[in-house]
Amino acid sequence: MSQTTTSSHLDPLPPIDLESKTSFRGSFSTGMDILVALLTILATVPLFSLLYMVIYKGLSRFRFDMLWELPPGAGMEGGGFGNAIVGTLALVAIAAAVSVPLGILTAVFLTEYARGSKIAQGIRFASKILSGLPSILAGVFIYAVVVLALGSFSVLAGGLALAVLMLPIIVLSAEEALLRVPRTLRDASTGLGATTSQTVLRVTLPACAPSLITGVMLAVARAAGETAPVMFTALFSDYWISSLFEQTASLSMIIYNFAGMPFENMLDIAWSASLVLILLVLATNIVSHLIAARK
Amino acid sequence: MSSLFKSKNPSLKYSDDAFRYISAACAFFIVILLTWITLQIGYQGLPALKEYGLSFIYTTTWNPVENEYGALPMIYGTVVSSLLALLLATPLGVAIAVFLSEDYLPPKVQEFFKFLIELLAAIPSVIYGLWGIAIVIPLMRDYVGTWLHQNLGWIPIFSTSPFGPGMLPAAFVLAIMILPTIAALSRTALICVPQPMKQGAEAVGATRWEVLLHVTLPYAATGIFGAVVLALGRAMGETMALAMLVGNSNTINVSILAPGNTIASLLANSFGEASGMQVAALMYISFILMVLTLVINMIAEYILVKTGVDQKG
Repeated sequence: MSQTTTSSHLDPLPPIDLESKTSFRGSFSTGMDILVALLTILATVPLFSLLYMVIYKGLSRFRFDMLWELPPGAGMEGGGFGNAIVGTLALVAIAAAVSVPLGILTAVFLTEYARGSKIAQGIRFASKILSGLPSILAGVFIYAVVVLALGSFSVLAGGLALAVLMLPIIVLSAEEALLRVPRTLRDASTGLGATTSQTVLRVTLPACAPSLITGVMLAVARAAGETAPVMFTALFSDYWISSLFEQTASLSMIIYNFAGMPFENMLDIAWSASLVLILLVLATNIVSHLIAARK
Repeated sequence: MSSLFKSKNPSLKYSDDAFRYISAACAFFIVILLTWITLQIGYQGLPALKEYGLSFIYTTTWNPVENEYGALPMIYGTVVSSLLALLLATPLGVAIAVFLSEDYLPPKVQEFFKFLIELLAAIPSVIYGLWGIAIVIPLMRDYVGTWLHQNLGWIPIFSTSPFGPGMLPAAFVLAIMILPTIAALSRTALICVPQPMKQGAEAVGATRWEVLLHVTLPYAATGIFGAVVLALGRAMGETMALAMLVGNSNTINVSILAPGNTIASLLANSFGEASGMQVAALMYISFILMVLTLVINMIAEYILVKTGVDQKG
């Protein structure tokens, strides 16, 4: 102990260090470094707590029957969320069928026909604002336009509400994908005599297909997890759907409905449905992250 | 052999034009849709607007049985829960942005942390609600809320004993949900600060945090403000986590330990069974939320485009 103290006196002077840890300025800076690092780690605690709870609670009472059984009545044992899985798939399929072509064509207009123009700026601004639309208002809008018109809640209405949410996400991600296609590729195609539409359909879009697919996947994952837009458009159902004009269950709605229930069995189903939903969302995000990282 | 440079055959010309018109139509549809949503909600709310006028906004009774509708408790709840969430999320979000924009970590580790923060944004809000009921409500009721009430109960905002669902747990979960927005956009704003400005400060001997506090953060402040405004818009429109955690009590209580309600949460809880004048009243309150979020998002987007945080402006 004493030896180390002595030897430190004999050490040569340290080089001049402007961030010297002994000065107030240096230690303030180091203190702040540690603070932001700790805060960042702290911010991931809720994520891990949430994932742990969903995996632990979701797995502990998980039965494979849950994947194909109908929701149980209040206080009953057994049951599952089979119709909710089908419902979510149907809702998302309708939403994608509407929003993907619309969104990609909009992006094509922005990058291939109106690039840099005031019109493109305006349309992009509208997409940004639409992407900030509270999801429940998409539900309110479709309730007013579709549910009141048809006179009933339906898979179709729910899918359209989700399409309103997916549309701006797809426009913005497809635009980004198209912008990354090098100009030379388009020029080469035009040079061979291709029309603009031929160039877009045969060259530009295929060239950025992986990024387009990533954008669509992220939009689908987001839509699959949404609850507010389907609450009073698709509503809920205890049975299997047989047509697009019936109301339907969905994974997110079964979680919401069962979360506040005083019955243990229903809570178990809510957690297991959360596990399925989160696996879907996580898988999509990880895959799209890997695709993006590879480039 | 026809030359490549000969005029294209007419059917090709028509299909090319058709493609252009279709894509233009799709693009304009976005603008139409945004306008349509606003007008449709406003139109459906007209009966309530005629019946209650502006008193709808400043009266406090929401009673569908008596057809009395006053939206103030929900407007108050929306504003308070969002501001409380911003108060929690802004310092944390900016700290994350600093940590992930400076050269603290090797790029791979930095990417990993960025991914974790992005994941927070990907988790469905209904699962935040479920987690909030299981973890956050007991935590706030038994520990944080009780401590605040016992030790700081003389401050009006902690004056009621914690009840379970309420403003505080709701705002806490809301803060986690808007954190990725603030962190990601603030990080972009920090990265956009020109290197020569930072290098200049470093050259005269400033420590890392002297550079950050005197050069980088002031330069990025407008962009960070834009990120916070955008997060405010997101927070005001968030529905599920609030519907599950805020307590759904249509009253104004100064205490953040007491339950309250927000516009989005009211819509979630009442729309399914509403009829007649109640639908109109719900449309009227939806229109208020629509206008609020439209204005806030427009301001945020304007700032983000101006500052270059949103590069494609």
